Amino acid sequence: MSTKRETEFLADVDLSREKLVNRLFHGLLVIASLFGLVMLVLLIADVIWESAQAFSNFDIDIGNFLTGTSSSRAGQAGFGASIIASLWLMALTAILAFVIAVGCALYLVEYAPENRTTRLIEANLANLAGVPSIVYGLLVLALIVNDAGMGSVILAGAIALALLVVPIIIVASIESIRAVPASVRDGSYAMGATKWQTVRRVVLPQAMPGILTGTILALARAIGETAPLIMVGTMLHATRYPDGPFASFSAMPTQIYSWTYQADRMFNGLAALGIVVLLTFLVVMYALAGYLRKRYEADGGSISNV
Amino acid sequence: MSTETQPGPGISGDDSLEAAHEKNRRVRRALFGCAAVTVVTTVAIFLVLFDNAASYFFGARISEVLFDGDSFARTITFTEFFTGTRWAPDHSTPAHGVLPIVWGTLAITIGAAFVSIPIGTATALYLSEYASTGTRNKLKPVLEVLAGVPTIVYGYFAVSFLTPVIVDGIASNVVNPAGTLLDSIAFLAPGLLEPAAEAMMGVSVGRYSLLAGVLVVGTMTIPMVSSISEDAMQAVPDDLRNGAYALGATKYQVSTRIVLPAAVSGIFASYILAVSRAIGETMAVTLAAGFNANLTANPFAEIMTMTAYLVSMARGTSAVGTVEYQSLFAVGLLLFLMTLSMNLLNDWMKRRYQEEYR
Repeated sequence: MSTKRETEFLADVDLSREKLVNRLFHGLLVIASLFGLVMLVLLIADVIWESAQAFSNFDIDIGNFLTGTSSSRAGQAGFGASIIASLWLMALTAILAFVIAVGCALYLVEYAPENRTTRLIEANLANLAGVPSIVYGLLVLALIVNDAGMGSVILAGAIALALLVVPIIIVASIESIRAVPASVRDGSYAMGATKWQTVRRVVLPQAMPGILTGTILALARAIGETAPLIMVGTMLHATRYPDGPFASFSAMPTQIYSWTYQADRMFNGLAALGIVVLLTFLVVMYALAGYLRKRYEADGGSISNV
Repeated sequence: MSTETQPGPGISGDDSLEAAHEKNRRVRRALFGCAAVTVVTTVAIFLVLFDNAASYFFGARISEVLFDGDSFARTITFTEFFTGTRWAPDHSTPAHGVLPIVWGTLAITIGAAFVSIPIGTATALYLSEYASTGTRNKLKPVLEVLAGVPTIVYGYFAVSFLTPVIVDGIASNVVNPAGTLLDSIAFLAPGLLEPAAEAMMGVSVGRYSLLAGVLVVGTMTIPMVSSISEDAMQAVPDDLRNGAYALGATKYQVSTRIVLPAAVSGIFASYILAVSRAIGETMAVTLAAGFNANLTANPFAEIMTMTAYLVSMARGTSAVGTVEYQSLFAVGLLLFLMTLSMNLLNDWMKRRYQEEYR
C-alpha cells in the first residue's frame, strides 16, 4: 500500500480499473439484451425473405392462396379453408373459455370465503397455467375425441384451446375486477341492491374492458397454438371449407406445420405466406387489445405477465 | 376481497327480497361451479393420463377393470420402461425404453437453459439497473413480442434459417476441419431427406439437429427469464442500492453484489419457469430437432423429445387400443409429472421471494 498523500485514503482501490470493469459489464449487458432483438429481426426478415422467394420462384396466385382449400399438390394449395377453420376455433374457444373464466374470477374475487377450498382453487390455477399445451391436446384426444366419440372435429379442438386459455383469462379478469374500487360497490349496496345486482350492473361493466383485453390476448395465444390441435387430430391438408363445429379441419398453424414439414420447396414457401397471414391476425389482435387498454386506461399487467 | 356484507334487510320491505336472496344463492353456486371446472380439469388430466397409461403397462385401463371386469396383465415392465435404451413402440420389433426421449427432452432443456439463462439474466439486469427509462420502454415491448410469436413460427425459423445458415455453417466451417464429427453427421442424416436437405442447405448437416432446437427454444424462453427476473430485481428496495452507492460502489458492484443476491429466489423462479416451458415445448423442437430417438450429445445429431414423439404418433393417427396409442399416455403422464414438479418448485420459490420484501 503506497500512500503518496494522506488524503488519498482509498488509494488501494484502483478506480480506473473499477470503472473499466463497470464499462465492460455495461457493454456485455447491452450485447446480451440485443440478442433477443436480433433474433426477432432475423425471424421476421426470414419469413419475409422466404415469402418473397416463393413469389419469385413459383407461380403463386395470391387470390387462390387466400381463398382456396389446401391440396397435396403445391401448385393448387390454398390457405382459405384453414383461415375459416381458425375463425371457427376462435369463436368457439371464446364462448367456452369466457363464461367459465369470468365466472371463476367473479367467484374468487367477490364470493370466495378465505378457506382451504379457495386456496386450492388458486394454487391449482397457477399449476394449470404451467401445463404444457400438448397435454391438453392429449386430454381432449382421450376423453372427447375417442371416449366420447366426438371425433377429430373443430369443437374438440376448441375445447382443448379453451382449457388452455381459461387460466390466462381468469388471471386478467381477477386483476380488472379487483381494480374496481370498493366505494363503487358500497354505493350500489347503499341503494339497496343485492350482491348479484351489484356485481352484474356495477362491477362487471367497469371491469369489462380489462376482461376483454385479457380475453383478446388469450385468443391471440390460442390462434397460434399448434400442438394441442395436432394431438386432437387435424387433417394434413385442409381440403374443404369447414361447415360447422362438427367438421374435420386443419387450422392455420397446423396447416403451416404440415407445409413446413414437406420436403418440397414450394410448400415451404406457402408456409412462409401462411405465417405472414397468421402474424397479421396476431398484430391486429394485439393492436385491438392495446387500443382497448389505452382507451379505458385499465392498468393491467404486461402481456407476458400471465 | 371477499366482502361478506349483504345489503341490509327490508328497505323496500316486500316479498321479492326473499326471491332476490334466493337468486343470489343460485348465482353464487353457479359461479362456484365455474371455479370448480378449473379443479376438475386438473383432476381429469390426472385420471385420463393414469387411466390410459395403465393399459400401456398392464394391458387394461383402470376404468375397464373397474366397470367391465377386465383383469390386469402386465405387458411392459417399469424396469424396461425406465432403464431401456431403445424407444420404438411402433417398430416391428418394439422397444419400450423411454430413456432416449427423456434424454432428448433434457438435452434440449439443458442446452436452452445455457442460452436463455445468461442472456435473460443479463437483459433483466440491463433493464433494471443500467437502461434509461426510454430504452427500457422500447426494449420491453420487443421482448414481449418475442414471447408472443407462435411456436410454429419459431419452428419454421429453425428449418428455413437456423439449420441451413447457422448450424450448417458451424458444422462445415468449424467442426469439419477438425474432421471427427463429419462421419457421424453423414451417418445420422436420414437417407431419404438427404437430397432435399442438400438442395436446401448446400452441405451435409441433416434437416434436424439438437443445436437448432437448443437455439430456438433458448431464444423463445428468454422473455420468461428476463421479464420475471426483472420484476424480482425491481422489488429489491432502493435503500440497499443507495447504501452500496454511498460506500462508493460502481453499478457493476451494485448489480452483482447487491441486486443479484437480493433477488435470487425470484430469479431462480424465473429459471425454473423457463425450464418448465422448455420441457413442454413442442412445435419448435419437433421441427428443429427431429424424430430420431437417439442417446447422443452430438449437437449436430437428430434427436427426439417426448413432445416430438407425441406429435409424430398423433400425426400417424394410431388406432385406439394399440400399444402406440397407449404409449402416448405413458409419455404424456411422464411429461406432465415433470412439468408439474417444476411448477410446484417455481411456486415455492416465488412465494419465498415475495415474503422477503413485503
